[in-house]
Amino acid sequence: MRYLDFEQPLANLEMELDKLKKQAENNKDELLIRQIKELENKVNQMRKRVFSNLTRWQKVQLARHPDRPYPLDIIQRICEDFVELHGDRLFGDDKAIVAGLGKIENHGVVIVGIQKGRETEEKILRNFGMAHPEGYRKAMRMFSLAEKLKLPILTLVDTPGAYPGIGAEERGQFSAIAYSIKRMLEVKVPTIAIITGEGGSGGALAIATADRVYMLEYAIYSVISPEGAASILFRDASKNKEAAESLKLTADDLLRFGIIDGIIKEPLGGAHRDYDETARRIKKAFIRAFRELRRKTIRGLISSRYKKYRKMGKFIIAES
Amino acid sequence: MFFKPKKTPPKREKGLKVPDDFWVKCPSCQSILPNIDLEKTAKVCPKCSYHFRISAYEYANILFDNGIEREIGKEILPDDPLDFPGYKQKLEKYKKIYGLNDSSIAGIGHIDGIKVTGFFTDFGFLGGSMGSVFGEKFYRAATHSAKSRIPFIAVLFSGGGARMHEGIFSLMQMAKTTVGVLELEKAKVPYITVLGDPTMGGVMASFAALGDVIIAEPGALIGFAGPRVIQQTIRQELPKGFQRSEFQLEHGQIDMVVDRREMKKTLSRLLKIMTSSYL
Repeated sequence: MRYLDFEQPLANLEMELDKLKKQAENNKDELLIRQIKELENKVNQMRKRVFSNLTRWQKVQLARHPDRPYPLDIIQRICEDFVELHGDRLFGDDKAIVAGLGKIENHGVVIVGIQKGRETEEKILRNFGMAHPEGYRKAMRMFSLAEKLKLPILTLVDTPGAYPGIGAEERGQFSAIAYSIKRMLEVKVPTIAIITGEGGSGGALAIATADRVYMLEYAIYSVISPEGAASILFRDASKNKEAAESLKLTADDLLRFGIIDGIIKEPLGGAHRDYDETARRIKKAFIRAFRELRRKTIRGLISSRYKKYRKMGKFIIAES
Repeated sequence: MFFKPKKTPPKREKGLKVPDDFWVKCPSCQSILPNIDLEKTAKVCPKCSYHFRISAYEYANILFDNGIEREIGKEILPDDPLDFPGYKQKLEKYKKIYGLNDSSIAGIGHIDGIKVTGFFTDFGFLGGSMGSVFGEKFYRAATHSAKSRIPFIAVLFSGGGARMHEGIFSLMQMAKTTVGVLELEKAKVPYITVLGDPTMGGVMASFAALGDVIIAEPGALIGFAGPRVIQQTIRQELPKGFQRSEFQLEHGQIDMVVDRREMKKTLSRLLKIMTSSYL
């Protein structure tokens, strides 16, 4: 288990608990068992205390936690079957984007996710979850396939942003993102997006303009990273804590703003503590949203989708 | 928001912002030009064809026969939904300098007698960045075009992309403006985007990239990520002319590069063909 700085008090207690539990393996001493119980209670209380009062920056840290469940971890747990598909049929296969056909509760679904990669080798393979135009074009292929097969679309979003590189620009990063947004807005099947970790600007939005958008409790979604905002705003990238506060990028903020449709609670201590439980809750949210959306006609679906996005924004109308 | 607008007040080319300045120095060829001559050449240097950055109203006056005849969404004013540090003061300041409420204007005009809706952004106002007012004006202008079945032209000078100060609301304008483009598509109305220097970030990665025809001014910086961000990421020198109009044309990302002095004529030629369906 990797601990974040604000979890340090918790880390010491948990380590102590682990030690006692090991001892208890070959010694069923009653006193020891009582001690373990007491310590467990203490750990739980402390965990509750630490996690009931998180700052925005602490949530950013959780969203970026190296053990955070990534789309493939989730897909594995919510699907009875999943067949990954590859390539954009134009240039290559972007491994930052995983996509394919899955089965959830015996119903087909097209899934697109952005995958960060866990260890160094996989991180490089996945380009740290930063997609190239090929990735978004692969996503668009999947949207069209879903439309043809009349299957719902589920996207799982966790990316620092679209990749800023020479090749990405040469092959039309802006165009790939723009068309992906458009394709997702017009696709004639129900669409559900879940921000599971970082919702990094346009690179996230490209596959998140859905009928229903949910965020995991400690996920973030923002127009710019706290570091980016800090370097512009305070001319100091280390003021990321202040920037995170100013950007209001947590699930709570976005629900309050009416930007997202709901929050999926994480297990105590964060999604990385319990993949199974996290996946179970994601699955539940998906199924509930799908059941509701499938009742609508295609026309009704598209028209409420347009309405949802055209209403977004906050401005003042001057009195004439 | 990947492209940092210049430190305030935005460094317009020296002298240009002062109308009573008689002489202007071209930042590209260093020629000293009488201001009055520049007015005649759509603010393009007659010696080296350097395109000076111009305001939204100036562009509207260059393209439209009689300027903007009726403005759309002038009553829409910016809010500060995040209570973002310094945002209110910034809005006030730019309002004072440029006499604009926000970074864009929209309205009806004629190009060689063809009625169109135009949407123009102004780099001076927070880098021409896209916030809620920008999105709402674009959406209203686009739906006006769709309903009245008249072509839609967007002329952009937007370095900042999405406006950081409105956070997630700005990001969502990428989706909102795209819904506007979908309305144009449904109405089968021609949609042309004209990209000035610069057009970047969330603006470029949404409605600006979705034009039926995409035209750029010569030498304009066009792309998704800003060159500085790319350089910091990859830690290598960027190729010469990277992300400029000519580069984007070469890579198949835009349709043509057109001199500002030819812009009206080009749009007029395109519109005449695009509105001539046999049906």
